[in-house]
Amino acid sequence: MSDAAVEGRSPGQLALRRFRKNRRAMVSFWLVLAVGLSTPLIPLVSPHDYRSQTLERSKQAPSGTYWMGTDTNGRDLMVRSFYGGQISFAVGLLATAVSLFIGVGYGAVSGFLGGKIDGLMMRFVDVLYGLPNMFLVIIIMSLLGRSFLIVFMVLGCFSWMTMSRIVRGQVLGLKEKEFVEAARGLGVTTPAIIARHMLPNIVGPVIVYATLTVPSVMLQEAFLSFLGLGISEPQTSWGLLISDGAGALNPIRIYWWLVIFPGTLLALTLFCLNAVGDGLRDAFDVQQR
Amino acid sequence: MLVFVLKRIAGGILTLYVIATLCFVIIYFTPGSPLTGERNVPPEVLRNLERAYNLDKPLHTQYFLRMKGYLTGDFGLSIKYPGKRVDELILPAVPKSFQLGSIAFFVAMIVGIPLGILAAARQNKLPDYVASSVALFGIVLPNFLLGPLLAMVFALWLHWLPVAGWPEDFSIEELLKVILPAITLSGIHIAYVSRLTRAGMLDVLHKDFIRTARSKGLDERSVFLKHALKNGITPVLSYAGPMAAYIVTGSVVVEKVFNIPGLGQHFVDSALARDQAVFMGAVLIYSCLVIVFNMLVDIGYSLLDPRVRLT
Repeated sequence: MSDAAVEGRSPGQLALRRFRKNRRAMVSFWLVLAVGLSTPLIPLVSPHDYRSQTLERSKQAPSGTYWMGTDTNGRDLMVRSFYGGQISFAVGLLATAVSLFIGVGYGAVSGFLGGKIDGLMMRFVDVLYGLPNMFLVIIIMSLLGRSFLIVFMVLGCFSWMTMSRIVRGQVLGLKEKEFVEAARGLGVTTPAIIARHMLPNIVGPVIVYATLTVPSVMLQEAFLSFLGLGISEPQTSWGLLISDGAGALNPIRIYWWLVIFPGTLLALTLFCLNAVGDGLRDAFDVQQR
Repeated sequence: MLVFVLKRIAGGILTLYVIATLCFVIIYFTPGSPLTGERNVPPEVLRNLERAYNLDKPLHTQYFLRMKGYLTGDFGLSIKYPGKRVDELILPAVPKSFQLGSIAFFVAMIVGIPLGILAAARQNKLPDYVASSVALFGIVLPNFLLGPLLAMVFALWLHWLPVAGWPEDFSIEELLKVILPAITLSGIHIAYVSRLTRAGMLDVLHKDFIRTARSKGLDERSVFLKHALKNGITPVLSYAGPMAAYIVTGSVVVEKVFNIPGLGQHFVDSALARDQAVFMGAVLIYSCLVIVFNMLVDIGYSLLDPRVRLT
């Protein structure tokens, strides 16, 4: 340390260092990255196809040819599980992007404008909070149809409220800070103040909350698909696969692989994403609200 | 108390009215007719069908007729099951869903709270780790995954419990059917309740009045159960309201997994078949359940904590 020049570190770099030291979060991070990356890879390298059905091969136990067995329609479960994972991940990420877009925009505008408009905008968020969220999603899903696009759009449109509250709170606090006032005194324009001085300061909480939104949206997608109100055949997702497995439960023979494999992938992903989110929260030292 | 109940009932009716209106508007503006579906219906027949279901009338007339129907106890006609009234279709299913939901609610409280107290009492020792692993399982295994897993292990593999259905009478054999659905539905809430109890208890245990109680020479048991618990349990009580709503949503899944002929099946089937009147009826009854649950929770809250005034 003695002769090395002391380097300045940005808050972001400090947070990253703290995150790297968190073992549980790091292991979870690599695990979920591995699952995420293998969802497009395994269907590519596998000799089987996610939609070709052979009824004679229906519900075969895992074997050398079909590592995770086959489903009710004789399709390779491994390819379907990972293909379904692609859709689950895509829904999770895209819906989070939608909620990020709405939530950050809404919260920033509300916080920046302040006063009566802010009060009005936040009352609207309160009203949305009070409504039985999942029921509204089910109502809208059942009426609009069940395509990939609608699933993530609807889920995204119903999960931005907390994000907007967080961003609004941050912006409201930052507006009064001396460095913002200093910037204004130096003649920096409002958009530049927002971009240069405010956004970098709210990035931490936004990243943390976005990371935690991903598993919650994936869970909701799986819930909808399980009820038959989300992703529909021949596309699939973890929720739909588990639903197939649950439908095949019978007293004569246990087709355990139909539930276990997609279920494990889902549980593992949910666990890891939550652990990464918690790790990031600790690293950025975000107060839970 | 009476004033509170009356106020809540008035508020509940208002909420139901808003939900019914919202539902109606969304259904009305959804493109496509629920009558055509996959079949090819001749135009004359379609017109007659539309007349029978009042679908040919303008928006405000339809809305007025529907709301008048609800006021007079007429829930309308099912489209999927022609000739069936919605109330005779779904009302018999309501008690089963209500029983399932209440049992899950109590299981979550009765298992979750002691687990949380135990974890707080033996912080960072074995019971704490057991409690937090249970909590972790509850959070990682959503009910639609937990249900099939439990059914597979305890019903199909070990043959300990029945795999599906809901009790028809009070014989032991029939009552056993309750166990798996109740655990499935309450799983995640046991987890949350125990975590909230633990956090609440640990928070309170540092307070001065606990030190006073200990220095009076009270044994740990009374300190925990008489002094700390009353205050430590507050976070759980505020979770009870949202929990009721989650349990109602979750019951839809659990009824599907365990083949329970409750409201959930009508809800999902009518959503898939776009059977509008049945769907709206199910949504309204679910809303009713949530409102009633919340009212009961608030009354329970005020009984446990006299500082909370019912307003």
